Amino acid sequence: MHELPQTLVNGLTLGALYGLIAIGYTMVYGIVQLINFAHGEIFMIGGFGALTIYLWLPSGTALSLALPLMIIGGIVASVAIATAAERFAYRPLRGGPRLAPLITAIGLSIALQQAVWAFYPDAKKSRSFPQFEGKSLEIFSNLHIQRGDVFLLIAAPLCMLALGLFVSKSRAGRAMQATAQDPDTAKLMGINTDRIIVMAFAIGGAFAAVAAVAHGLKYGQVNFEMGFIAGLKAFTAAVLGGIGNIYGAMLGGVVLGIAEALAIKYIQDIPGMEQLGGGTWKDVWAFTLLIVVLLVRPQGLLGERVADRA
Amino acid sequence: MRHRSLLIITTAITAGALTLSACGSRDKSDNSDGDNKKTTVVIGVDAPLTGSLSALGQGIKNSVDLATKVANKNNEVPGVTFKIKDFDDKAVPSSGKTNATSMVDDDEIVAMVGPLNSGVSQSMQGVFAKADLAQVSPANTSPDLSQGPDWPSGKKTRPFKTYFRTATTDVIQGRFAAQYYYKDAKKRKVFVVDDKQTYGAGLSKIFAQEFKRLGGKVVGTDHLTVKETDFSGIADKVKSTGADSVYFGGQYPEGGLLSDQVKQAGADVPIMGGDGIYDPAFIKASGTSNDGDYATSVGYPVEKLPSAKTFVKDYAAQGYKDPYAAYGGYSYDAGWAIIQAVKAVVNDNGGKLPDDARAKITEALNKVSFDGVTGKVSFDEFGDTTNKQLTVYKVVKGAWTDATSRTFND
Repeated sequence: MHELPQTLVNGLTLGALYGLIAIGYTMVYGIVQLINFAHGEIFMIGGFGALTIYLWLPSGTALSLALPLMIIGGIVASVAIATAAERFAYRPLRGGPRLAPLITAIGLSIALQQAVWAFYPDAKKSRSFPQFEGKSLEIFSNLHIQRGDVFLLIAAPLCMLALGLFVSKSRAGRAMQATAQDPDTAKLMGINTDRIIVMAFAIGGAFAAVAAVAHGLKYGQVNFEMGFIAGLKAFTAAVLGGIGNIYGAMLGGVVLGIAEALAIKYIQDIPGMEQLGGGTWKDVWAFTLLIVVLLVRPQGLLGERVADRA
Repeated sequence: MRHRSLLIITTAITAGALTLSACGSRDKSDNSDGDNKKTTVVIGVDAPLTGSLSALGQGIKNSVDLATKVANKNNEVPGVTFKIKDFDDKAVPSSGKTNATSMVDDDEIVAMVGPLNSGVSQSMQGVFAKADLAQVSPANTSPDLSQGPDWPSGKKTRPFKTYFRTATTDVIQGRFAAQYYYKDAKKRKVFVVDDKQTYGAGLSKIFAQEFKRLGGKVVGTDHLTVKETDFSGIADKVKSTGADSVYFGGQYPEGGLLSDQVKQAGADVPIMGGDGIYDPAFIKASGTSNDGDYATSVGYPVEKLPSAKTFVKDYAAQGYKDPYAAYGGYSYDAGWAIIQAVKAVVNDNGGKLPDDARAKITEALNKVSFDGVTGKVSFDEFGDTTNKQLTVYKVVKGAWTDATSRTFND
């Protein structure tokens, strides 16, 4: 068990990353019941937005100074794409059959990927992303935290806290909750639901951008395909935590991340399971966990009402 | 997993539609020239032109294109103009198979170069064999492709007479890597990781066998998933097993990340891989901590071979958007081998391309022999290259530098 703390921390950081992206899935789903499969690409574009700012700054700028600007750059890029997607790809289809926006989302996802591939300079391969210099921080002799992960471990709870306050305390946040519960009545109460929907996309985009910056700092690169698997895992996290619930998204992400980390490390030590451990099987175990949770709690870990609006 | 299957279906339909439309628009273009003028011979090129391996794929395409341009300029085969037609397989076996079918249906294509991935090649070989269309891969290294699945037991049979390659097989490369790690770098405890693909899994298996045979110890193995980015779990295992080195069978996108994360986990050990990680993107993809990592690659460094100087110069002169990358020289040689085969066939037929050009070219390829970019180019009885020169590259100050070049011997 000597390596357990390290394994848990690895899982926690990975999970926090999933959770930040999962917020976007869960908010949009909570309000318009749309699974925005282009969200992974919105995440990816946030990474490229931040990278653009970094490249635009005079070279030699300290990363700690550049970081706030990069986050803003990433957020601007992600939010712009997310709201544009809502306005031009999803809004015209609102009220149409459920499958239409879903297919649109998949098409949009491919289009965004290929657009970055084709038009961003040198994006056919991974572009390197600035990283903090220096070795990882030693907390205990058996626990190291990489410098890039520190940002993630600070940013994720802060973002969650801010979002929680916004949704429960502010006027717009309460309007959002109302729209999620019953859009028609919310409209009758004078809430501009179109604006609320845009806001949900924008918040999801902003969180995705923060996640993308964290991803860049953690792995030292961004590439045009990075949204696919990250998006898939984040969507899983959102479902695991209870889609529609923002805290559920973060919890689902963390549970998923830790499950993956533990599966890589420990499954193969169980007698008779040597063949089923390691990196090959981690997704199998993560999804087994998802199935078990959904069997016991079909609404996900923190999900509420499932069938009240079919 | 609805997302993934829908995505694949959409991609497949789009790719299919594109291929179909390409077929429809081309057919009538070149037939009006008249018989006595130049015949156009098309060499098909299949490589991943989009996706994360597109850097390698574009290099392959451009290098074959260069070979045809040089042949046309020098009037290498009088009366014949060479052209390429490129197909994108996205490194996906099913796309490769679709492309192979399109090439077979295209009467102008007499032979093809590609693909990059051994796994893709497996899906194409059968299609080409039925149509007698010669395939020369500049990059496939899986021994199964040319020596049959039973090669480890010594029962080598050539499964497809239309298959040739200018790249050395993994048997040679994996063993060469193991010998270098054990004898030159003095490594004794290796941790082996692969990416579960035909190339990566095959290469790392051969490496591990040879490393054990030499007396080294494999202290752990694990597998990673292509396109993922978080390998910290594997990196931790490398550290806790106390390995003094890592061998990675796979490609540069994952290799670069793995190397980085192993070092971040606190294990100060080098990573070695095959030609799949020998790419500048391996270093660029992952911060700065790759110094000391190794890659083996087939042949001597292209820049150092006198025979390659013209290639490097011509390539630069064409102003291609992407560099020739790891397989440029082999792709040029693969293209040139086909051009030489066409030359032999045309000469035998009184200066004209015979009706059964495809079969004749396949036959002629067995006898091709010339001094190419990467050295002497000729094929043995399995269609494998007779060139067994390999090079170990090492990352020094953020760039691949050749450490040792030698000819492999048992």
